[in-house]
Amino acid sequence: MNEFLIAIHRDLKSKDASPSPEQMQAAIKPFQDWIGGIAAQNKLVAPPKRWDMDGRVVKQNSVTEGPYAEIKESLGGLFIVRAENYDEAVEIAKGCPILEWGASVEVRMAVPTS
Amino acid sequence: MPDIRMGGLCGGTHGCANFIITVTHGSVFLQAIMEEKELLPGLFRTEYRNIVSVLCYLFGIEHIETAEDIVSDTFLTATETWAIKGVPDNPTGWLYTVAKNKTKNYLKRHNLFQQKLAAEIKYSADKTAEIEIDLSAKNISDSQLAMMFTVCNPVIPEEAQTALALHLLCGFGVQEIADAYLTSKDVVYKRISRAKDKLKENNVRPGQPVISEINERLDTILATLYLLFSEGYYSKSHNSILRKDLCAEAMRLNQLLIQNRLTNKPLVNALFSLMCFHASRLDARMDEVGEAILYDDQDETLWDKTLIETGIHYLNEASVGNELSRYHLEAGIAYWHTHKEDSNLKWESILQLYNQLLQIAYSPIAALNRTFALAKTNGKEEAIAEAKKLDLSGNPFYHSLLGNLYTGLDNALALQHYRHALQLTNTTADRNTILKNIAKLE
Repeated sequence: MNEFLIAIHRDLKSKDASPSPEQMQAAIKPFQDWIGGIAAQNKLVAPPKRWDMDGRVVKQNSVTEGPYAEIKESLGGLFIVRAENYDEAVEIAKGCPILEWGASVEVRMAVPTS
Repeated sequence: MPDIRMGGLCGGTHGCANFIITVTHGSVFLQAIMEEKELLPGLFRTEYRNIVSVLCYLFGIEHIETAEDIVSDTFLTATETWAIKGVPDNPTGWLYTVAKNKTKNYLKRHNLFQQKLAAEIKYSADKTAEIEIDLSAKNISDSQLAMMFTVCNPVIPEEAQTALALHLLCGFGVQEIADAYLTSKDVVYKRISRAKDKLKENNVRPGQPVISEINERLDTILATLYLLFSEGYYSKSHNSILRKDLCAEAMRLNQLLIQNRLTNKPLVNALFSLMCFHASRLDARMDEVGEAILYDDQDETLWDKTLIETGIHYLNEASVGNELSRYHLEAGIAYWHTHKEDSNLKWESILQLYNQLLQIAYSPIAALNRTFALAKTNGKEEAIAEAKKLDLSGNPFYHSLLGNLYTGLDNALALQHYRHALQLTNTTADRNTILKNIAKLE
């Protein structure tokens, strides 16, 4: 089994961003059911946390406020799952209910250390 | 000295005959003890542990056998004396006085105090005669709390912790513990002896818990209490009195933690609340012959309303601070199960609680229960698809769940899963349940 980072990126800064706050509200149950389903398979390594929208971006000579947003999408959530390979991890990621409102999910495998 | 525990005096309602054979010789005793058979085992159960805790707290765990001998001897004296003179007005006070005297005599006789104990003793005293053996309610609670932290010391393996807790903290006899675990007296006896040796080897001293210890050991203590409770609640043993005793003891010890300012933490209250909700159904979940009655078939008028109210009270007490422990979540689930009627709110709440529980404490049974709740809220088809991802095909409850979910959708498949469950199960209660479900489909 390998560990995979599941990172959800979505538009946090546009005024008419999709998903909208209302859509995010509606996504709470499907999101919790999605995570609960992964956990029920005993494949959740590190559960998601709720991240604030405050954030800071630190560079060599500056600290700016807000989440990283130099592209349209920012990091909206992340957690770690256990899966055999990319196929299985991608299958898990496809269950993300926010995909239908334009979010994208990045899947990255942790390089095995041993 | 005869070991009256081994004789089974403390065997609740079933130990008396044993005891008579083991340690007494005359028919006078026999008659008297038969008359006192309700009183003495009851006293033994509570006072044995109380006095042993106080003595261990005072003298240290290395003298645990001495403490147990003194208390056993006290009870032996009680049965003999009471058989002739009748039961004193204040049996507990009588036992305490005799135990104190026996302790002082023991110390004198063995010159133990001067040689060994003087340096170790918690309360300073100059002479044996002046040792204060404090059997006040406060010191008994303090001693039991100290013993709880001792028994849950990480040097002792988990299975031995519950056995030792039952023995030392709850006054259960070896036979009773063996009955509860469906194992032999020998196994339990060895488990307890080894655990005691470990404590001695590691020089573990019972003391009032300090904050660093509380933080580091409270989880283990709560896990042990939860195991004790579950042992009673889900025990394979058909002895319903014994099972209730186990649950009651776990709740009593949990209360001790609530009553102490330092250990009265939200998760301690959450566990107590969980136990209250479960315990409220103890009478409803077993029939007269000890057969399990499933939730759906239970007569909810038998549910203990007072315990449900108490559970709600402690769940509120637990709802402070930031920590959301597995006990909080499980108490929440158990709370919703005190509502017999199906409603969307009930099952949606249960589903979300399971979703959260699985994130912090995965277990196959929680995964299966979560899927059952999912069927209630999101429909059977979705639940079947989720169930198939669980990788639990070796688990009888997995097949029972699928049997349940397929019923009405595809009865042939449902039957197939129930039959598979039947092959995998190894308890009579589960077999009977599955057979009933099969009968409904055939």
